[in-house]
Amino acid sequence: MALNRRDFLKIAAAGVGAAGAADTAKALQRGPKPMPPEALGMLYDSTLCIGCKACVAACKEANDMPPEHTGQAEAIWDTPVELSGKTLNVIKVYQDGDMEQKDREVNGYAFVKRHCLHCVDPSCVSVCPVSAMTKDPLTGIVEHHADRCIGCRYCVEGCPFAVPKFEYNEAFGQIQKCQFCSHLQAKGQIPACCDVCPTGASLFGKVSDLSEEARRRLAGQAGERYVFTRGELGGDRPPHEAKLADYIKDIYGEKQLGGVQVLYLSAVPFEKLGLPTNVPEYSYAAIAEGIQHTLYKWMIAPAVLLVGLLYVVRRNLGRRGEAGNESGADQSSDRGQS
Amino acid sequence: MSAHEPVGGRLLTKPFMVFAVLAMIGFAILAARFFFGLGAVTNLNDGYTWGIWIVIDIMIGTAFGCAGYSVALLVYLLNRGEYHPLVRPALLAGLFGYTLGGMAAVIDLGRYWQIYTLFMPWYAQFNSIMLEVAWCVTAYTIVLWIEFTPTFLERFGLKNLRQKLSKVLFIFIAVGILLPTMHQSSLGTMLVALGYQVSPLWQTQWIGLLFLVSAILMGYAIVPFEGILASMGLRRPVEGELIARLSRIMFVVLAGYLIIRFADLIARGALGLAFAGDLDAVMFWVENLLFVVPLLLLVQAGNRSSPRMIFIAAISLLLAGSVYRINAYLVGYHPAGGGWHYFPSVPEMLVTVGIFSLEVVAYLVFVKKLPVLHRA
Repeated sequence: MALNRRDFLKIAAAGVGAAGAADTAKALQRGPKPMPPEALGMLYDSTLCIGCKACVAACKEANDMPPEHTGQAEAIWDTPVELSGKTLNVIKVYQDGDMEQKDREVNGYAFVKRHCLHCVDPSCVSVCPVSAMTKDPLTGIVEHHADRCIGCRYCVEGCPFAVPKFEYNEAFGQIQKCQFCSHLQAKGQIPACCDVCPTGASLFGKVSDLSEEARRRLAGQAGERYVFTRGELGGDRPPHEAKLADYIKDIYGEKQLGGVQVLYLSAVPFEKLGLPTNVPEYSYAAIAEGIQHTLYKWMIAPAVLLVGLLYVVRRNLGRRGEAGNESGADQSSDRGQS
Repeated sequence: MSAHEPVGGRLLTKPFMVFAVLAMIGFAILAARFFFGLGAVTNLNDGYTWGIWIVIDIMIGTAFGCAGYSVALLVYLLNRGEYHPLVRPALLAGLFGYTLGGMAAVIDLGRYWQIYTLFMPWYAQFNSIMLEVAWCVTAYTIVLWIEFTPTFLERFGLKNLRQKLSKVLFIFIAVGILLPTMHQSSLGTMLVALGYQVSPLWQTQWIGLLFLVSAILMGYAIVPFEGILASMGLRRPVEGELIARLSRIMFVVLAGYLIIRFADLIARGALGLAFAGDLDAVMFWVENLLFVVPLLLLVQAGNRSSPRMIFIAAISLLLAGSVYRINAYLVGYHPAGGGWHYFPSVPEMLVTVGIFSLEVVAYLVFVKKLPVLHRA
């Protein structure tokens, strides 16, 4: 074998170096982002949700979204089964066995509401090349701005909760996602889904307050009477009194993927509701940005590389008499062939 | 005057016509995409929003287009002037790979009419790897056309301009080495943000390096692939000696790639998934066997001087790099929420075929009419 053994050793050394550096790559990760100072959010309590879908209808109306016909084409009512370019929130159901009892994992069922969770460190904002996804520095609401979006759909691909959707069947389609009814909030109203929820399963408020409220519910005994606020935490609507469920003793969304502003309580394990649980406590955006900003910090590395390349290429061209030579590259290539 | 010359001969040959028709079919189908939306032509959905137009036309297309970059690394960086006759054909492959990749990107963009926002600094979002890729690919496509300009100038006898360009060409050559180093790795790093949705068989913080090295490999493989096809189709002698030497470099880079690939898998403890027996595992082995075959072929000195064996190794390598990209972005991608499926529709595939056919058509026009190939 004519292959140079030294070449082999060099490559092998590089490979071992790469393997050893696998942990150091973690060090490239940028730090976590803090919860915005006046973060607004939602507490969705699956055990309170009765699956009436009033929130789905109210969302369509508030955001002027068209009905969606899934399954039977001739259905005349809105039947979304998943988020889409026509549907910004949706109620889904977990089912097991004979579905005898609500909020039970085995032979039971439970509801879950899906829409944008308004991540503390959102991937969609991080990946968007043209700032069409923004996160409000005060309220933390993640908004999409179609007026500058190029439709690359990196946000659709990158969202760990499968939230942003595109209108594939429009000549001039756009990304659609829950904007937390920012247009209603601007008028002093609350998001439509929380506004119509009859049981307070969707509750609007400041994230810090919602987090406290969730903790109070978890601290109570299952079966205990509890007064559930409806609409907005601290609002003046008549509350809804019911028994506390046998909760999973955890709040989904406080830590997962760097934290989100829509918190979940449930009596069945969160993964049964389709929420990703086998995930790190940091956002993937933190790794991607960490790698990229290390390589491209102040553009120093590319600049140094470019200067080096300019020097070497010029020298090599000069050596072979290519630079400025009338017959250009070709003379030397003749020589090269000989 | 020049050591390069047009091949000449009749342009409207049978292969030319076949590829031209395929290209036209692809573009006819595209009309539907622009009138009725992406969904009218593709099987894209809210789970798999990136399909073959992104993964094959752009990611694989530009990796094929790395021929110009890979050869430039050799000739201008490592100062291996003897490879110079390979530069122009390699640049040509790059020119088409990137120009058509850029075209595919525009076709796939859901809101293509707003593409200008990509280049308005006040919209720029500097955390976005997509932004870096878009800027780099655009700049590199322009650089490739400039690097290729001497060919036009020679063809039309513009000696004066050619001479002036020669003086500054080194700048474009250097930039032309920098840019693919940046964006071919970024095309891989784009995967990192997808997080748990990508199987650990492909999801790694080192994917940028792996994408870069595999793109360089595909760039090298394109040279004998194109060279040998051209010699058969256009009845020209093979640059046998050069291709044999190039194959040795291919071997060394390939060995390096596989060492990094598997060292990373082992270090992350992800190799176990390769034995899970599911589609991911099967495709993982298909991908890596395609990488190993050329390694085994080229390890034998005898094969390294056989154009036939090099041709087989090159095809295997091109397939390997292609399957790697398809695996990372489609097979190994399991979108959040679950329940989504994607297999490209026939019209969607015909558009991809059309784009590659256009590449062949343009190649034939260029080599027959312009001084691209080295004088026989």
